Amino acid sequence: MNMAIQIKNLSFFYKERRVIDDLTIEIKTGKFYGIIGPNGCGKTTFVDLITKHKKPVSGNITYKGKDLSLYSKKELSMEIALVPQNFYINFPFTVEEIVMMGRYPYVPRFSAPSQDDYKVVYDIMEKTGIYKFKDRFITELSSGERQRIVFVRALAQDTPVLILDEATSNLDVNYSLNLLNIAAQRVSKEKRTVIAVLQDINLAAIYCDYLLFIKQGSIVAHGNTDEILNRDTLQSVFNVDAKVYFEPYSDSMQVVFKK
Amino acid sequence: MTQILLLSMVLCGLIVISACMGYIHLSFIDVVKIIFAKISGQASLLKGMDEIFPVVVMDVRLPRILTAAVVGGGLAVSGAVFQGILLNPLADPYTLGVSAGAAFGASLAFLFNIVLFDQIGLGACCVPVFAFTGAAGTLFFVIYLSSGSGGLSSNNLILSGIIVAAILSAGISFLKYVADEQVSIIIFWLMGSFASRTWADVFMTSSFLCLGFLIIIFYARDLNLMSLGNRTASSLGVDTGRLTLILLVTASLITAICVSVSGIIGFVGLLVPHMVRFLTGPDNRKLIPVSMLAGAILLLCADTVTRAILPSEIPIGVLTALIGGPFFCYIFRKRQVAEADS
Repeated sequence: MNMAIQIKNLSFFYKERRVIDDLTIEIKTGKFYGIIGPNGCGKTTFVDLITKHKKPVSGNITYKGKDLSLYSKKELSMEIALVPQNFYINFPFTVEEIVMMGRYPYVPRFSAPSQDDYKVVYDIMEKTGIYKFKDRFITELSSGERQRIVFVRALAQDTPVLILDEATSNLDVNYSLNLLNIAAQRVSKEKRTVIAVLQDINLAAIYCDYLLFIKQGSIVAHGNTDEILNRDTLQSVFNVDAKVYFEPYSDSMQVVFKK
Repeated sequence: MTQILLLSMVLCGLIVISACMGYIHLSFIDVVKIIFAKISGQASLLKGMDEIFPVVVMDVRLPRILTAAVVGGGLAVSGAVFQGILLNPLADPYTLGVSAGAAFGASLAFLFNIVLFDQIGLGACCVPVFAFTGAAGTLFFVIYLSSGSGGLSSNNLILSGIIVAAILSAGISFLKYVADEQVSIIIFWLMGSFASRTWADVFMTSSFLCLGFLIIIFYARDLNLMSLGNRTASSLGVDTGRLTLILLVTASLITAICVSVSGIIGFVGLLVPHMVRFLTGPDNRKLIPVSMLAGAILLLCADTVTRAILPSEIPIGVLTALIGGPFFCYIFRKRQVAEADS
């Protein structure tokens, strides 16, 4: 099994506060990873570190066996794509222009996009059902629609690794499933890797092969979803009582809570 | 591309037309002949023309006209960059306090000019040098104030800019108070003017603008990605911290050089990129060059109005706001109504 990302003794501080604390994990290619943890546990910082948006204070990250700091920003942008949390876009770009920005790493600075770039962009817009508003302005869309466009933009980046940072948190269930299905297909058919920060544990249980539970900057539990997702884990991570059971309709472990 | 070509032609035409206008009225053909004769060195073209005409065009009008155009272009380009980097359509070239810094420097120069520089013959360039130093100093201080562990954030930059500008404004008020009789010179300078600009001003501003424009247009595509937010831009291969710093410094230095030769001209940097965005869309690869040409055209027209059409010259900063402000209100309102209908 190939390693995509290896993380050793990773730490990161904001001033005195430890946000990521001596974190070690290996991410394998061709798997769908879910990252779960309470608010403020360092999930977003963790994502920023593996996308090289922030530099670790100590420890190291290797991608495909080479230290992350040895990759240029541009090289990395062809390897790892990110769908960030909901972000307002101030300027009236059209939907097509936004999706095309996913191809910028492949288009030389002063050139127009090639036929191939247009094909990738149009195909992915068709597949995700946003083709019909390709000429609308991003500023006129609702936050959910905007989030879909931003997701599709990352898909158009066409990278071996896709990182979702609460990328579906304000999408309705139809579009969440549509986009996560496309991501999951890329994992199962094309052996790509997805790392998804998810708030919805049940959605994570349906899609993820492997779960990482983060609390206070450390991984407190990790393992195959069927094995690790249980009452004790949820109790220790979120401090809540829950019932976890196998649910045949979704063919996955599911969690229910009570008052 | 056609927009850029069209606007360039309009700009060239306006430069010639503006050079015709003034106290001595010249014909279009004569002005073209004079300019062509000077460029190609064919003195024979000037035969039969009053000897004073080439002097009026080349030494009096053109330097002023070209300075106005370059400053207009410079302010509009930096406005577009500031709006893009700070993700704030309300940003303008003066957001980081560059204008207040320049004004403070200039006011100081006006005060000390009288006592220090006249004797050694540096009186003329003293004000622009002080204004530029003030502007650049303010810029770096504001960047220093707002840089922290998380890099330069838009809010921090805007806040630091406002604070520093407020301190400097108080300083300017104090200088005006101390200045006594010189106060009217300071006030007049602050309102902006292109009167008696020289070729030195043209070369200085245009070389800054050309260099700055090349840097900005090189990063124009990265600036597009910044509107998706720092984290996304970073994942698309942009070194966001470095880009922010490079573009802010470049745009501010263009502004500083503009302010130092012309005084403070508001409105152009804020509203030209806005209006151009209605025309070209937000793609900075089109927005920035078109803004530059539109800004040049606008300021050149305004300066021509105050120089040649109005019975007496009024400060250009006042004029740009008086013409441009209502025009923007009109377009803005029209768009609001159109959006409400759709």
